[in-house]
Order: sequence, then structure tokens, then C-alpha cells
Amino acid sequence: MSLDIWMRENPLTYVWVGSYAVALLVFAIEVAMVVHKRKITLQQVRLLIEAEESA
Amino acid sequence: MKNLFGLLLLIVRRDLLLAMRRRADVLTTLIFFVMVVSLFPLGVGPETDMLRKMAPGVLWVAALLASMLSLGRLFSADYLDGTLEQMLLAPQSLSVLVLGKMASHWMVSGLPLVLMTPVLGLQFDMSVQAIGVLMLGLLLGTPILSMIGAIGAALTLGLRGGGVLLSLLVLPLCIPVLIFGTGAVQAVTSGLSISSHLSLLGALLVLAVAFTPWVTAQALRISME
Amino acid sequence: MAINWFKYSAPTTFYPLAGKLIPWFAASSAILFAAGLYLGFVVAPSDATQGEFYRIIYIHVPSSILSMFLYLVMAGYAALGLIFNTRLSSMMASAVAPTGALFAFIALWTGALWGKPMWGAWWVWDARLTSELILLFLYLGFIALHASIDDPRRADRAAALLAIVGSVNVPIIYFSVKWWNTLHQGSTIKFTGTSMQVTMQQSMFTMLAACWLYAIAIILMRVRSIILERERNTKWITELAEVKK
Repeated sequence: MSLDIWMRENPLTYVWVGSYAVALLVFAIEVAMVVHKRKITLQQVRLLIEAEESA
Repeated sequence: MKNLFGLLLLIVRRDLLLAMRRRADVLTTLIFFVMVVSLFPLGVGPETDMLRKMAPGVLWVAALLASMLSLGRLFSADYLDGTLEQMLLAPQSLSVLVLGKMASHWMVSGLPLVLMTPVLGLQFDMSVQAIGVLMLGLLLGTPILSMIGAIGAALTLGLRGGGVLLSLLVLPLCIPVLIFGTGAVQAVTSGLSISSHLSLLGALLVLAVAFTPWVTAQALRISME
Repeated sequence: MAINWFKYSAPTTFYPLAGKLIPWFAASSAILFAAGLYLGFVVAPSDATQGEFYRIIYIHVPSSILSMFLYLVMAGYAALGLIFNTRLSSMMASAVAPTGALFAFIALWTGALWGKPMWGAWWVWDARLTSELILLFLYLGFIALHASIDDPRRADRAAALLAIVGSVNVPIIYFSVKWWNTLHQGSTIKFTGTSMQVTMQQSMFTMLAACWLYAIAIILMRVRSIILERERNTKWITELAEVKK
């Protein structure tokens, strides 16, 4: 019940922390994952090419 | 036309014969269904009023899960012994073959559940009228579950962890069937007309008969490439 | 001006094009996010009945619109890939899926947070909430099926078929859930009721545009990785500047 009272006293904080911060966090995680994936894929491709050249 | 029907009957008879050779598989589905349904009163308490209210939902969800359980076997045996490959190469329509397999799957795993329903309905203190509507709904609905499930079974053919994946793919697509099936029972217990629920279920069944065999055939071709 | 669209349907030409476009989409998305948040929190007044809580809609509505629309985009690309056998369409379909699922998640999450002060419950079995949840399941099914098939060609085709079956099912699911809901609750909770002010609409559209541009940017980024991974044995990949260094 304390959450209910807090929420009504600080609606903007509730909105920000609850919704927007979570949404932005999700976006940030997604961007980080995609960037990481690109890094890994580039590394893999380079390794593959090197292996082919040395073979 | 007559040829296609003959083909259909041939497949149904073959699959039923195979199922009869392995009766344990058929029985496990039925036992699972009975067991899941019987667990609910133990979980939520023995109040008759609540049980009567819950019964249609419980029976439908249990039927849904039981049909998921047996879907893995729909194509896997034929896939492993190479029969499925021959079916794909056969000059006959693959959709008709698939429809036959769906029909026999329903007779083995859906129909027994429908026949078992009255006993379980009495356990939940349902009225005779409600049990009748529930059975009618299951009779119309379980074939749809077999048919939608066949698409998932074809797509997950030969994959690791196919069973869980199959449920993940198929269960969301079965939600309308669940809603109309339980809705019919709730309508009859509150004295409303059941015809709209059952005719919608019937419409879904017609749609499923028209499209799912073809889609499943495509899925089989994708999986067997 | 005649643009040869087919030219860009080949991964060879699409890859550098996407690379050039990503910074523009990302930057305009960031600017619009900032503008939308400014409009939504500073310029737009607080709602007469819902107070400050209504401001959640600036993220909730765009993400639910995108989650639904991206499913159609995904199914469209998947169908193109299945019918015309184009490599890039299938890659696009699998690049769209995670973003769509995340938007569905954000829509559900912010919906729950909006519901708590408005309805007094984190979750109500409203038709829209339930459909959104089922949509998330459909996305997860697509991703899971694609991930569990090792052969990328089979994965593309199987997942495409699932996406098409799903998109045919979406209206049936939506109407059945809606009907089920009215059956159970008697009177449904209405989302609409207060007419929106112009500034509220403006901030909503700005946020919607920002989310769109973000989705395009992140999907293009993801599809570039997928192209690299799938085409790693081709000559043009070995000649790329970022691969060489």
C-alpha cells in the first residue's frame, strides 16, 4: 500500500522511473547487443579469411 | 475425387492400425488428460461452486495440453523410417495425405478425450446439459487443435527439443478455439444461446480443414528439403 | 526519377547502403526522442482526469503501434523471402523479430504501469492487453523456431511459414479475445474517453516517429551483421574495408 501512496505523491518520478527509464534501458541493451554482435561477427569473418589464406 | 477419398481412407486406416499396435501411446495421452483434470480440485480446493465454474476451462486447457503431448508423434515415426520421404515423392496430393494423418491423429488422441469428458464433468459437478455442450464443443474443437498442431509438428520435425518448441508455436494459435469452446459452456450455464459460439467453432473448423492440410504440406516440404 | 529498387535487394548493394543510412536514422531518432520528451513533459499540460500518469502514453502507444506493425512487416518480408526466394527479405524478417518483441514487451510493461494508478491493478484481462501478450508469444515462437534450426535456409523458410500463419491468425485472435472479454466483464474498460489536446497529439506523433526511426536504425544494424554472417564465404565480404583492417 505504501507504493500506492508514494505513486500518487510522486507521479512524475513514477512515470519516469517506471516507464521511460525501463524503455530507454531496453533500447540501450538492444543497441549494446547489436553492436556486440557486429563486433563478434566481424571477428569471426576475419578469422575465417585468415584461416583460408594460411591454408 | 473418388480416388482422393480412397487415398484419405487408406491413410486413416493405416495410421489407426499403427496406433493400435502401440496402444500404450494412446493410453498415455488419455491418462495425462484425466490426471491433469483431477489435479485441479486438489490444487484449488473442493468447493463445488467454484469447481463447476472452472470445469470447462480446466477440461479445455487439459485437452489442449494433451493434444500437444501427442503431436510430436504425428510425423516423427514416418520421418524416421523414411515413409514420409516416400509420401512427399508420391504422385498423390500431399495435402490429402496430411489430412488423413490429421484425421487419424484426432481419432487416436482427440476423440478419446471427448468420450472421457462426461466422467470428468461429473467429477466437477457439471449439469448434464453443460456436459453435453462441452462435449459438442470439444468434438468441434479438438480436430482444429490436431490440424493447427500438425503445422507446428511439421515445422519442428527432427529438431532438438521439438516438444517444448512445438507447444510454444502452437498454443498461441489455439487460443480462439479455447475461448469459443469454454464460452459455449458458460453460455449454457447462464441460460444464453450457445449457437453463436458453436457456429464460430464450426467456422474455424471449416477454415482449418480448408487451409491447414496445404500449409502443413508446405511445412513438410520445407523441413524435408 | 527511376530508382532501380531491385539493385538494393541484393545484399552486395544493400550492405553499404544500410551502413550509410544508419547514422542518419539514429541521429534523427535521438533528436526526435529529445523533442518528443520535451513536448510531452514540459509543453503538454497534465490531463484533467488522469493527472501526470497519462504521460506514459507517449511511450506506451508508439511502442504498441510499432509492435503490431513490425509483426506485419516481419511477416511481409518473410512471405517475400518464401515466395520469391530472395535472400535479403528473409534476413530482414529475422532482423525485425527481436525489435518487434522488445516493443511488445515495452508496450506490456508500460501498460501495466499505467494500469496500476488508473485501474488499481497491474494487469487486467482487457482485450488489448491480452492480444498484446499473445503477440509477444508469436514473436517468441518465431525467434525460437528460427534459432533452433541449424540450416539457415530451412530456418528462414520454416519461420516464414509460421509468421504467415500467425499473421492470418492475429485478427481471429484479436476478435475472439475481444469477444471473450465482453462476455466476461459486462462493461469493458474504455481506453478512449478524453479527447486529446493538440500538444499531446504532437508529442505523441513525435515519439512515434522517434520510435520508428530507432526501429529502422537498429534493424538495419542487425541485418548488416546477419548479412556478414551469412555471406562470409563470398568475395565481396573479404574485400570490405571493415573486414580487412
